[in-house]
This record gives sequence, C-alpha cells and structure tokens, in this order.
Amino acid sequence: MDVFLQQVVSGLAAGGIYASLALALVMIYQSTEHINLAQGEMAMFSTYIAWTLIDAGIPYWIAFVATLVISFIGGVLIERLIIRPVENAPVLSLVIVFIGLLVIFNSLAGWIFTYTIKPFPSPFPESPISVGNVVLSPHSLGAIGVTLLILLLLFGFFRYTSLGLAMRAAAQNPVSARLVGIRVAWMLALGWGLAAAVGAVAGMMVAPVIFLDPNMMGGVLIYAFAAALFGGITSPGGAVFGGFTIGVVEALAGTYVPFIGSELKLLVALVIIVGTLLIKPTGVFGKAVVSRV
Amino acid sequence: MTAAAPRVAGLTTRHWRVVLVVGVLVLACVLPFLVSNYRTFQLTMMLVYAIALLGLNLLTGYNGQISLGHGAWFALGAYTTAIMIDQWGIPYYWTLPVAAAVCLVVGFLFGVPALRLRGHYLALATLALALVIPQLLKYQPLQPFTGGVQGILILKPEVPWGLPINQDQWLYFFVLAITLVMFVLGWNLIRGRVGRALVAIRDHEVAAETMGVNNALYKSTVFGVSALYTGVAGALSAVVVQFVAPDSYNILVSITLLVGIVVGGLASISGAIFGAAFIQFIPQVAESVSKAAPWAIYGVFLILLMFVMPTGIAGFIKWVSYRFLGTRGGD
Repeated sequence: MDVFLQQVVSGLAAGGIYASLALALVMIYQSTEHINLAQGEMAMFSTYIAWTLIDAGIPYWIAFVATLVISFIGGVLIERLIIRPVENAPVLSLVIVFIGLLVIFNSLAGWIFTYTIKPFPSPFPESPISVGNVVLSPHSLGAIGVTLLILLLLFGFFRYTSLGLAMRAAAQNPVSARLVGIRVAWMLALGWGLAAAVGAVAGMMVAPVIFLDPNMMGGVLIYAFAAALFGGITSPGGAVFGGFTIGVVEALAGTYVPFIGSELKLLVALVIIVGTLLIKPTGVFGKAVVSRV
Repeated sequence: MTAAAPRVAGLTTRHWRVVLVVGVLVLACVLPFLVSNYRTFQLTMMLVYAIALLGLNLLTGYNGQISLGHGAWFALGAYTTAIMIDQWGIPYYWTLPVAAAVCLVVGFLFGVPALRLRGHYLALATLALALVIPQLLKYQPLQPFTGGVQGILILKPEVPWGLPINQDQWLYFFVLAITLVMFVLGWNLIRGRVGRALVAIRDHEVAAETMGVNNALYKSTVFGVSALYTGVAGALSAVVVQFVAPDSYNILVSITLLVGIVVGGLASISGAIFGAAFIQFIPQVAESVSKAAPWAIYGVFLILLMFVMPTGIAGFIKWVSYRFLGTRGGD
C-alpha cells in the first residue's frame, strides 16, 4: 500500500509536468489546429536559458521569471517570423517546418551548451517529507503545486480579462473576431508566446528530476502528446486531467506490470496515443469537430 | 503532340531523358573503379538511402500520409536480415525477400489503424513509433535474438564466382542492381492507374472516393509497400555496414529520411537520388565544423525549402529546364 501511494504521488508529480506541456500543445492547437512538434525542444531550450541565468548567480525565482519572459518573447517571434509565412500551407509543409524547428533547437542547444548532462537546481527543499510510512519528495509536491497554479492563472486570464476573451474569440471564429476589431494575427502570436512560457515551466520542473541535456524532452513530449490526446486536444482542462492520469498510469505500470518495467515506458505512451485515436479520437473531454467538405 | 515537341540540340525531351539515364548508369558502373574503397562504401550507402527515400516518398510525397517514423521500418528490415544471418546462417541475399515480406505485412497492419489518422495526428503516431523502436530492440526478453545494446555483428559477404573485384565493389554492384529493380518497380507503380489513385487521394480524399478509388485499400497498401521499400533498404544497410545496434535506429534516422525527401523533392522519383546524395554527403562536410552542425543545417534546409522551394532539388531542376530550355521535364 505504501509503495502504491508513493508511486501515485511520484506519478502525479510527473503528470504535472506532462500536464504543463500538454497545456502548451492544446493552446496552440485551439487557436490554429496545429500540433507543435517542436514544443518539447522549445521547453528544453528555455530550461537551458534558466540554467545559464542561475549559473551566472541570479537567484532562482528571478531567473524563473526572466526565463518565462524570454520564452514568451521567443515564442511570439517564432510565430511571427517562421510560422506565419506557412500558416495556410498544406499540413505536410507545416509538419516539416515544425520538425525543422525541433532539429534546430536541439542542435543549437548541443552546439552552445554541449551534450554533457548538467544538474539543474530545484527551488524546493531537499529533505524528504514523511507522512506515515509514505516518503514524499518536496520537489514532487512543488511541481504539482506549480502546475495547478499555472492552470489557475491561465483559467483566470482566459475567463476574466478582455485580452483573454479576445484570444478565445480569435481562436473560435477568426473572421468574425477580425470584424469586431480583434487583431487575430497578433492573438495567434500571443498564444505561441504563452505556450512557450508554459512549456518553459514544464522544462524547469522536469529538469531537476531527469537532468538537463539536449535530448531530455523527447520522452516527455510523447507523454505530453498522449496526455493532450487522452484528455481531449480541444480542452485545456482535459489536457491537465490527461497529464495527471498518464503520469500515474506510467508510474503504476512501471511498478506493477512486470514486463513493462522502465524499459518499455514509451510503449505505454504509444499504446495510449494509438488507443485514444482509435477508440475515442476526441479524447475524454474533447468535442467532436464536424468539418464541411 | 510529338511533331510539335520542343527539341534541344536536335533531340526531343524524351530522347534526352533516355540519354541522361544511360549516362548516369554508365557513370554508376564505372565510378567504383575510380574511387577509394571508402568512397565506394559511401556510394553504396547513398544507394541504400535512395531506396528508403523512394519508399517514404511513395507514402508521404505521393499519397500525402505523413510519416515521421520510417526509421522503424529501416530497423525492422535491418534486424530481420541480421538475425537470419546471425542465428540461422542464411546467406544474405536470401534474407532480403524475407525482410521485404515482413515489412510489407507489418507496414500494412500499421497502415490499417493509420487510416483513421491524418495530418498532424499521423505524424504524431509515427513519431511515437520511431521513439519506441530503440527501447523494443533493447528489451530484455528479446535479447537472445537482438543481442540487446551490443547489437549483432555480420561478416562481410565474399565476392562470388571469382569476379575480379573486391568486397566493397561487389557490395556496391549488388546494391546497385537491387536499387535499379526497386526504382523500375516504383516507377511502374507511380506512372499508371495506381499512381494516379494515390495522388488523387492525397489531393482530395472525398473526391477520390467519389471517383471510385478504394481509399482504405490504397492507403493501407501503400503503407505496406512503403515499409517494404524502406525495409529492403534497412536490410541492405545491415549487410553493407555489417553491424546493427538499437541506438543506430533512433528517431534521428526517421528525421534524416524526412530531410532526404524534402531536399530531394516530394513526389518525385529522381528526387530520391538527390535526397540520398544530400543526406549521405552533406553531414560529413558539416561535421568538420561541429558535432551539432549537420543537424542545424538539416533544420535550416527543412524550413528554408518549405519557404522558397517546396518541390526540392528535383522540382528546381524541372523548373530550370522548363524556364530556360522551354521543355517540360517529366519524372
């Protein structure tokens, strides 16, 4: 039972990270119907920026905020400079551009920061907390807290601010939104910026656990995709639900299903992705989209 | 039309293409006697990539189904061949049809659920497939066959019939012969009814279905055929490199293949050769700058080509011949 609880908590912590990245994916998907395959590498690059700042002696939380700002600006710039020219191109062109971005960020990180694995600090205390027989890591709890906080902030932003309303309008009906004076193109760029910032949080939360290296996000990204699809790619709440669920499933499957172990964890993600797409392509909370021919 | 066909230096476009193909073939036969063994090995690998790229192009270029996981079929073909040689001592040339058949069947079976996915989703599912492959190959219970992380070593094939060439040259001609067969078959597939159906599905699925094309059958079959091509390429690569290991079949193989078809030219048969030359030779030049440089160059090429030349090198050559010679080059 103790092992079970412990696995659930560590699953929730990992799930929080998948949830953040899944949330970033959903934000871009909602406004443009693109799945940003480079989201993981962008998050990885943001984490390297945070590492550079911390390494230069800047206190953790200031570096944290600075990284969010830099990532936000970077996301906006990528949308304006690289995605916008191919916005209406066929899906294949877009996927290729996303893969191009993925490869560029990965190799740039390797080029600038080398491929050596680096430790990344956690802002939370190190000594484990014991509740009964269950030992919890403060970083796990902190990561869960940070994820929930981000979710609340985003919810508040989209629900209660006029900018959030404008962004929702631009995503739902670009033409009408433009007619009432919303600058749709800039709303998309803002969406990219926010997604990049949320991704940066995911990167900074996962880096203390799996260490910092240019390939660290490959597996995390696939789990985030699985989470977004499972929860429903059209639903931000669903993405967060999917993230936590998949984190827990991953942890429990790794412990209790003997033939999976830690070796085949990615297979779990593949099964979830293909399974969701086959059984209920809209995910648990997603809405079916009817398209006109 | 033939009477009005534009002539360049007294020959029609059709004749020029025959001259060109014969010229390239002669060059291909002479080349291994002019360069070092190492260069011959590189040329052999280029041919191997050309087969794999043709396979990916059938699926992605002609049929519009995006695959970011073709490294999986490459690995499947390579391991089929390596295990057959290593475990049962079967000669390498008999393993090729088996690798082809295995990839055809598995590819077809993966193509059936893939029918439900399109665009981004298919890209995603295939990307996950590519990420899983190295993990599966390292999987403990499969180790007696796959050799785990260590991989499998294969001996270099002997030159048969006492031919006066060395082993590298023999491998080159062996691969060249198979490349020719695969390209002729691919060309036949594309230029006829099947090719038109594939392109129709890519351009407008509903319209194709209305015209009587069996979308489901075509799409899953072309998935299988595409896997077959890439699997044969993988099998040949195992023989040529004489070694297979899980980490040589990571996600980067799939991305390299994607780079190849984009640079060479989507939906183009000759594009497979240009793309293969690019992915075989450019990284070596770039690697002298930095370990990360080849990938940075790949990334920049991917994005730039989508902006300025979405049809790749083959499209560029076609454009030049149309623009300056007034001829309409075909595939």
